[in-house]
Amino acid sequence: MSVHSREVRAATPAGASARPLITISGVGKSFASGTTALEGIDLTIPAVPQFLALLGPSGCGKSTLLRIISGLEPPSSGNIEWPTTVHDVRGRPLPELGFVFQDATLMPWASVFDNLYLPLRIKGRSRRAVRDQVMEALRQVGLADFADAYPRQLSGGMRMRASVARALVTRPRVLLMDEPFAALDEITRLKLDRDLLDLWQANALTVLFVTHSVFESVFLADRIVVMSARPGRIIADIRIDEPYPRSDGFRMSSSYNAYCRDVSAALARSIEEASCRSASPNVSPPSWWARFSSAFGKSRSKPRKFQATSSPPHP
Amino acid sequence: MADFGSLWPSLLITLKITLLAFAGAALGGLALGMLLTSSRWLERSLFPYAVVLQVTPVVAIAPLIIIWAKNTTLALFICAWLVAFFPVVSNTVTGLNSTDTHLRDLFRLYGASKSQSMFWLRLPSALPYYLAGLRISGGLALIGAVVAEFVAGTGGTQSGLAYRILESAYRLRIPRVFAALVLISLTGIVIYLVLSAVSRMLLRHWHDSAIRADG
Repeated sequence: MSVHSREVRAATPAGASARPLITISGVGKSFASGTTALEGIDLTIPAVPQFLALLGPSGCGKSTLLRIISGLEPPSSGNIEWPTTVHDVRGRPLPELGFVFQDATLMPWASVFDNLYLPLRIKGRSRRAVRDQVMEALRQVGLADFADAYPRQLSGGMRMRASVARALVTRPRVLLMDEPFAALDEITRLKLDRDLLDLWQANALTVLFVTHSVFESVFLADRIVVMSARPGRIIADIRIDEPYPRSDGFRMSSSYNAYCRDVSAALARSIEEASCRSASPNVSPPSWWARFSSAFGKSRSKPRKFQATSSPPHP
Repeated sequence: MADFGSLWPSLLITLKITLLAFAGAALGGLALGMLLTSSRWLERSLFPYAVVLQVTPVVAIAPLIIIWAKNTTLALFICAWLVAFFPVVSNTVTGLNSTDTHLRDLFRLYGASKSQSMFWLRLPSALPYYLAGLRISGGLALIGAVVAEFVAGTGGTQSGLAYRILESAYRLRIPRVFAALVLISLTGIVIYLVLSAVSRMLLRHWHDSAIRADG
């Protein structure tokens, strides 16, 4: 464990501690079923706009972490702070956030315009007062001509664009995206990735982008946080020092390949880690093992087969 | 054909009861559905009563209602309503509870109040369920009205179609029985068609049930 925290600390940018946007300290999450989804997450997100990808195997708690950051779910331990943010009565940093879900999550009974108007409508703004603001958000994602269309008349990619526009319409500082383009076809996804980068730069946003694709994360992000399998912990924090705007040429470059290799290695390590931990209880701290074994009590004998590979966590 | 003419006033009476009961079911069912879903606790404690009312045959309660109710029209209305309201309540509750979880998260994220979520999210997404409930209860309201008339009888000028069937059957005027039957069926079909059209009109933009393959 100490090995990883050293790695994490090393990758944290030097000036980031001044007035960070979000500080996540010691966040853990266990569900009532006994599953520990997250454990000891420490993450600082600086005020300087950053494109941060959260990468990890499926079921590692990336989405849960995002939901905790957004306030949709309380953490079981640790806390989330927004030092530079004004909080509302319930202590939630509401206006700062935009959230894009795995699916477009549009209201099928409302036009695209009304879907985008919703966040502002909830805040009590009149339709006329925010018309320009909504249309501007639609223009940004290239849907200005589809304001009156209904979601089902749009293609999957266009629906996702509308969803991104809805997240941007309140002009948030942070955009949380939970595997937003995973369900789209390859070509549409590449196009949306490029457009997302443009939006990110144009709006001075911090993006937290959950994905399980190494290639997508390297192309998009300037910082990749790799998480291990359940219970999710941060095992690597990798910077991608490649200038923006990134073109498709970057995807072909050797530096892109090198980054992909590094990130893949970290990801592979995270998966190996997880199976090692479940194999040899004596090299791991007992506190989480107790929880882990109670959650997976019956499968305890199985992973012991992997004991041979467990000696050092990684070189 | 002469029979149809003489049955016309009776049809109007039955129709009046049916429509009243249906309107009562549509509004009451919606209100009750909203009430029940406003808290799990309420749903658990009140929903069984709705089920009891639904599973008890209306012919069995009708005599009681007729004794308690001040006049026959009211008694008939209550009987027909009892039959018609359950599908609306049941469907409304299902609809209100089956809102997309991500949309619910979205509303929470933006700090929507309870009434905002109700009117902008839960009610619209329950609409298809509610309309399906209405379509069932439209037919049931008619059946309820007819059954109640059978039990209540009602002599004199104020008699509905069901009473005319009984009366004609006693006198062995079989054609008139058939005429009344046809009228009842036709009424039911018209009610169903009207409700289907309303449902299609309201859902045409967005719900799969209202969109044809060519659209």
